[in-house]
Amino acid sequence: MRTDPSSSGPGFHPASAPDYLPRRQLGELQLRRLQAIVTRAWERVTVFRERMSANGLTPADVRRLEDLGRLPFTVKSDLRDAYPFGLFASPMEEIVRLHASSGTTGKPIVVAYTASDLQVWQSAMVRTFAACGLHAGDVLQNAFGYGLFTGGLGAHSGAEALGATVIPISGGNTERQLMVMKDFGVTALCCTPSYFLHLMERAREEKVDLGRLRTGVFGAEPWSDAMRRHIEAEGGIKAYDIYGLSEITGPGVASECSAQDGLHVFEDHFYPEIIDPESGEVLPDGREGELVLTTLSKQAMPMIRYRTRDITTLETEPCPCGRTIRRIRRIGRRSDDMFIVRGVNVFPSQIETAILAVEGVLPHYQIVLTREKGLDEVEVRIEVTPEAFGDTVSALEELREALSRSVEHVLGIRVKVHLVEPRSLARSEGKAKRVVDQRRI
Amino acid sequence: MKLTQLSLFLENRPGQLRVPCEVLGKAGVDMLTLTLADTREFGILRLLVRDAARARIALEEAGCVVKETEVLAVEVPDRPGGLAEVLAGFDRAGIAVEYAYALASGSRDGRAVLVFRVADPDDAARKLPEAGVRVLSREEVLGG
Repeated sequence: MRTDPSSSGPGFHPASAPDYLPRRQLGELQLRRLQAIVTRAWERVTVFRERMSANGLTPADVRRLEDLGRLPFTVKSDLRDAYPFGLFASPMEEIVRLHASSGTTGKPIVVAYTASDLQVWQSAMVRTFAACGLHAGDVLQNAFGYGLFTGGLGAHSGAEALGATVIPISGGNTERQLMVMKDFGVTALCCTPSYFLHLMERAREEKVDLGRLRTGVFGAEPWSDAMRRHIEAEGGIKAYDIYGLSEITGPGVASECSAQDGLHVFEDHFYPEIIDPESGEVLPDGREGELVLTTLSKQAMPMIRYRTRDITTLETEPCPCGRTIRRIRRIGRRSDDMFIVRGVNVFPSQIETAILAVEGVLPHYQIVLTREKGLDEVEVRIEVTPEAFGDTVSALEELREALSRSVEHVLGIRVKVHLVEPRSLARSEGKAKRVVDQRRI
Repeated sequence: MKLTQLSLFLENRPGQLRVPCEVLGKAGVDMLTLTLADTREFGILRLLVRDAARARIALEEAGCVVKETEVLAVEVPDRPGGLAEVLAGFDRAGIAVEYAYALASGSRDGRAVLVFRVADPDDAARKLPEAGVRVLSREEVLGG
């Protein structure tokens, strides 16, 4: 039995076998599964059948994987319109689990799982944790929220199946998180990157160390490479990015490996395409565009060509870790969290990178958009830290200037930078709210 | 010779000064003096307290950003031209003043105390007495 997790090489678990399939064999598997799932959706989901028919398509038209590009897209509003159960392809007797996403506007979206769907999800999470170097012997603190959100239970079942010791602490209660982390000898943590920042900050304030923690498995919100460097240096851990969404299964759609250079998509179950978000055309591998996912195995709620709104590229070069499944670049932006200010497209991640480029600044920030006399203004509020705080007004003015310059350099438009007191910006127990749009348009 | 001054970052909005003062009150820390530097958006509160270490812990626990800076307390004759004479001593010693403020206890026996921030307090503490400026010891300031 391995007792020292750090002595093992890049993670492998028997469940990870499909990660290493020869491409041709993988392609055959994908096509077989695609044909079956399109047939299932066609037979059982009215709206999908209607859209196929409107384009003169039937499941028989899917002869090659490339034919997927001819099928209609599914978008988030389809799930809302079908609220609660309209897109289910299984009778309720076969559905063993429901989850729902937090609806920012109106009704949430509901997703369903059969017993076999849960197994697929679990295996995808085992492969995720294995890729992040975890194995039996690790003690995992799962600070993803348990409940309707897929993060908590998804990570939980995968980590248990991997053989790790799972602490189902869920989100929130930072003091208890820190106590448990130290007292239980936690080696790995799951949460959002912004919550980990919060944990590190509190640990520092309370002068407690992070104990044996060596791995962070972070997901559910975009974060930059600069943020990763900060987290790894400050927390003394390896920080891995994982990707998933409830509509597809939850966490476990894609994960970084030891190379930390792109996220492997578990494409034997979740087939990725990159499209031009404007035209909807499929783009070749290596081109940046919107990620579209098709669930190849999901019985209860097949998603055919689901538009994620996440912007990335699909990489085909072999990964040093040996996995053959393709990688997506880390997702720094979504096509819908982009905002337009004075005609300039801005992603919060660009601002984050610019802020972190300035020495001594911690990444607690908020972007506030206002409109004054018909003109859009960008205000960036940044919390002052002991490292960044100089005793003189001129030192603070210089800091503010440096931050303004850095952000303006990236965006090409003037921004107002406000230095604010520590802990004055709202802290996330889950996903950080980085952009507040107060414009009345 | 040097004193520890605590500097706090404050946002410039009503009520912000009260928070640290309450924290120090609860911690039982005695303030000797304070001064505020402000801009339209933010301010810096500079404090001299009797127990800087205890004050710092209490303030940081309350979430304040605190920076420690070394300053010098200098005796100034409390009469017209008194400060000018002291500053002439600074000039002779080649010491530039970044900022200065008075001790809240006022003047005693015709002498007031001013607190000076200079770039290199150690260097200044050596050179100023040679230039005829009396730099007070910690005990002289805190003990009174």
